[in-house]
Amino acid sequence: MEQLLSVLIGALVAGSVFLMLAGHLLRFLFGLILLSNAANLTIFLAGGLTPGAPPLISEGAEGPTGTVANALPQALVLTAIVIGFGLFAFALILAFRAYQTLGTLDTDAMRVAEPEEAQ
Amino acid sequence: MTSSFSRSWLSLAGLLPVAIATTLFILFLQAVPVIAAGRTLRQVWQWVPGLGVDLSFVIDGLSLTFALLISGIGALVMLYSARYLAGHVHQARFSLLLTSFMLAMLGLVLSDNLLTLFVFWELTTITSYLLIGFDHSAKKARRSALQALLVTGVGGLALLAAIILIGTTAGTFELSELRAMPAILTGSTLYLPILVLVLLAAFTKSAQMPFHFWLPNAMAAPTPVSAYLHSATMVKAGIYLLARMHPSLSGTDVWLWTLTIAGAVTTVFASIMAVRQTDLKLALAYTTLMALGALTLLLGNSTGYAITAAVTFLIVHSLYKAALFLVIGIVDHGTGTREVDRLSGLVRAMPVTAAAAAVAALSMAGFPPFLGFIGKELKYAGALAVASEPVLVAGAVLLSSALMFAVAGIVALRPFWGKAGDPPKPPKEGPWAMLLGPVVLAGLGAFFGIMPSVIATTLVNPTVTAILAEPGEAKPLLLWAGINLPLLLSIATFVLGAFLYALHRPLRRGLIWITQRTPSLDGGWDGFLAGVMAVCRWQTQLLQTGILRRYLFLTFATAFVAMAGTLVAKDAIDLPNLVPDVLPKHGMLFVLIFLGLALTVITQSRIAAIAGLGVVGIGIAMLFILFSAPDVAITQLLVETLIVVLFAAAALRLPHLPRGGSGWRFWDAMLALGLGVTTTAILLMVTASPVDRELTGFFEGASWPEAFGRNIVNVILVDFRALDTFGEIAVVLVAAIGAYALLKGTPERQKK
Amino acid sequence: MNSIILIAGARLLVVLMLVFSLFMLIRGHNEPGGGFIGGLLAAIGFVVYAIACGTRDARRALRFRPSSIAGTGLGLALLAGVMAAIWGDTLFTGQWLFLGATETDKGWPLSTVLLFDIGVYLVVLGAILSIVFSLEEAV
Repeated sequence: MEQLLSVLIGALVAGSVFLMLAGHLLRFLFGLILLSNAANLTIFLAGGLTPGAPPLISEGAEGPTGTVANALPQALVLTAIVIGFGLFAFALILAFRAYQTLGTLDTDAMRVAEPEEAQ
Repeated sequence: MTSSFSRSWLSLAGLLPVAIATTLFILFLQAVPVIAAGRTLRQVWQWVPGLGVDLSFVIDGLSLTFALLISGIGALVMLYSARYLAGHVHQARFSLLLTSFMLAMLGLVLSDNLLTLFVFWELTTITSYLLIGFDHSAKKARRSALQALLVTGVGGLALLAAIILIGTTAGTFELSELRAMPAILTGSTLYLPILVLVLLAAFTKSAQMPFHFWLPNAMAAPTPVSAYLHSATMVKAGIYLLARMHPSLSGTDVWLWTLTIAGAVTTVFASIMAVRQTDLKLALAYTTLMALGALTLLLGNSTGYAITAAVTFLIVHSLYKAALFLVIGIVDHGTGTREVDRLSGLVRAMPVTAAAAAVAALSMAGFPPFLGFIGKELKYAGALAVASEPVLVAGAVLLSSALMFAVAGIVALRPFWGKAGDPPKPPKEGPWAMLLGPVVLAGLGAFFGIMPSVIATTLVNPTVTAILAEPGEAKPLLLWAGINLPLLLSIATFVLGAFLYALHRPLRRGLIWITQRTPSLDGGWDGFLAGVMAVCRWQTQLLQTGILRRYLFLTFATAFVAMAGTLVAKDAIDLPNLVPDVLPKHGMLFVLIFLGLALTVITQSRIAAIAGLGVVGIGIAMLFILFSAPDVAITQLLVETLIVVLFAAAALRLPHLPRGGSGWRFWDAMLALGLGVTTTAILLMVTASPVDRELTGFFEGASWPEAFGRNIVNVILVDFRALDTFGEIAVVLVAAIGAYALLKGTPERQKK
Repeated sequence: MNSIILIAGARLLVVLMLVFSLFMLIRGHNEPGGGFIGGLLAAIGFVVYAIACGTRDARRALRFRPSSIAGTGLGLALLAGVMAAIWGDTLFTGQWLFLGATETDKGWPLSTVLLFDIGVYLVVLGAILSIVFSLEEAV
């Protein structure tokens, strides 16, 4: 299972890089979401996979009974998902405003900060 | 000047620094008896205990001498500046900078910890930069300020490197502990790198050849700054460093010869260049260089004579040079020029100034009974004590002293005597606040000359002890030491100096002729800067094309090369056997995610892409459920919902994806594939090794008994790692504020 | 959107989502849930409401400005962290008070940890609504 997940993460990374390089802000955003998914899965995978034993302590017990899933990467991934969403929302709005102002989402045509003449 | 104006200079901005400096001076004076008795004072506050950085300050002879010079001359210079800059728009800024500099310089000489010393060292560099560029509307001032900052800044970096090497070699950053281990550095294999770095720092700060060129340019600063920073105190920080490190680094041939040669070359070159100048301030700047060279030369030795000479000369020079700079400021103020050929006969209009100048100049020229004479005698004695090459060294000292004699005449006698010159303004005596400084400093030079014992036992002896790290080496300060070789050399100096003074006009013409035809380091500096700029422009054009795709490609390519390259170079690729261990129900999930991913990448419809992303996101949420992460799964699902909502709101108002795009992007695909394969390979190796669950074990064990929570993930978030979570929600809030600001600002050009 | 069914449904849904989100927040310390999840749930409730009835109504229903809610949340979280210092602990150490505790029952637990989680809830809710509302209003 770990191996298949590794392949999946690799595929997510490849797909996101390909999308981000497309030179179109909307595709870039798609790539950003995929990349943040890949990163979250990586952290999750690196903590080990444990099916069917959530990190909860049952009533009356002092600690978890038996081996339960690794709680630390879960906590990290949980906040990472929320922060990734914040980043995505900000990037989306940035793209939205860029389109409003410049009238294009083609990054090759976005040359306000570094105009062609500067070369 | 009207009386109302002369009252107005008594401002808080002008006088507060005077009060601070005077208070400090009195405080330091109280330490004199303690230090003279052979004790040292030390005060330690812990600062960064984890890194061994303490705020430790020490007062011994060396730091006390410097501290007295800094605070004493500081008080006089600040009083002078209060009057000099009265009514200036930026007078408050000037006072703040000058006071900051004084405190930084005091911190530098009082620090017992090398890292603290470094911080203060850099603070003096920065304040010096701001003060040289004080008149920031002048291009010349800005250039000079930047030049001083860059040259001394390089020295600062070298000092930091040296300090780190010293720390690793000796195991301590405390100077007092370092002095207790005499051979720890000289015997180390790192001795040469340490020495080179320390000397680079000292030579750039104290403007030794070939780093001397910034100091004359620094004269763009207001005259009180030149008097204070670039003559009496800051440029001596390098000398201080050499003196401070003397016990730990001296005694080797490299030390001896580097310091002797650099010092001798600087002192001779600078004294010749001083005769060439027509601007009084520049002439003085070069004599400062000459003095710094002489001090470096003397510190190359470890004999009592040389070190006593260095300490005495240090004090003498600070007194007369600060006095002369201040005098020139008064002349400049009163006549409107500093050109030597336009000034003469000023004594009738400016008698007090002329008297102070004369006394200071006599000390500088080395006439008895001034302290300068004792300093010069000791210099000769010290030079002769250089065992290996006494003739050469004494010759250099003789030549520079004779030139010094001539320059003293040019600077301090010529403008005041003879028939009246034609300055732009009719000469007028300076106000008392500006006269006090030169008069007191020149007077002290005379007083200490007649009563050398006043400073000999109190300051010179403890300082020599501190530099040589053993007591009893200091030589006595005597006005009359009998007829000996130093005395004969003194007489030779006077004769040669008088001769050079008589010939100084043709000499100057000749020197100007020569220097105009030889390339200068200052010109080379411009070339060097232009070269650096050209390299920057070239690499900027290479990397920063302004096209986002290329930036991203470079970034990803760098990541790929770094990861894959490391794997290959370390020969670390060790893939485990691939075993198919997939249950059919899991297999379906993976197929679903792969399909969603493929759809997102391939499609040219926005809706389809968003749907594909949704499939991927929900599939991943299912994975989280499958592997016992209910909290994460719920979060993922909710966030996926919100992403769809946001896309619905914004993305569908954006244009369609371009059909066909830019064709089949071969290299992009290769890079993407390469990164994906590398990631998979690394993960395969990571997952094949066991997971360290030590931290998790702690959280599991402590979650209920200590934090009263049964959901371990939540307990980690809100209790064990609450500070982390706090930072994260702050980030979310910042993203929201940023988005809000972006959306609520009025767009420049509304698209239909 | 002017669908009566959607508007009526959304009003009901937002109430249900809010109650459910509070439930998730409170139980979060012992069962799956917590501030992040609760905040996201509440935000989605209001987002649905905004889609159905418009952001103006949604803002009115929320009563406070989303950015103020988020700011208050961050303040509460910080307060929860700083309170530990009052009892002389390191910052962000959880402080607990059990109301009516007996030998067998711990009673009602009150803690700075819960306060912290409420802060997280409010930040997530406020930040997301701030983004979504202003985006909805901009298009």
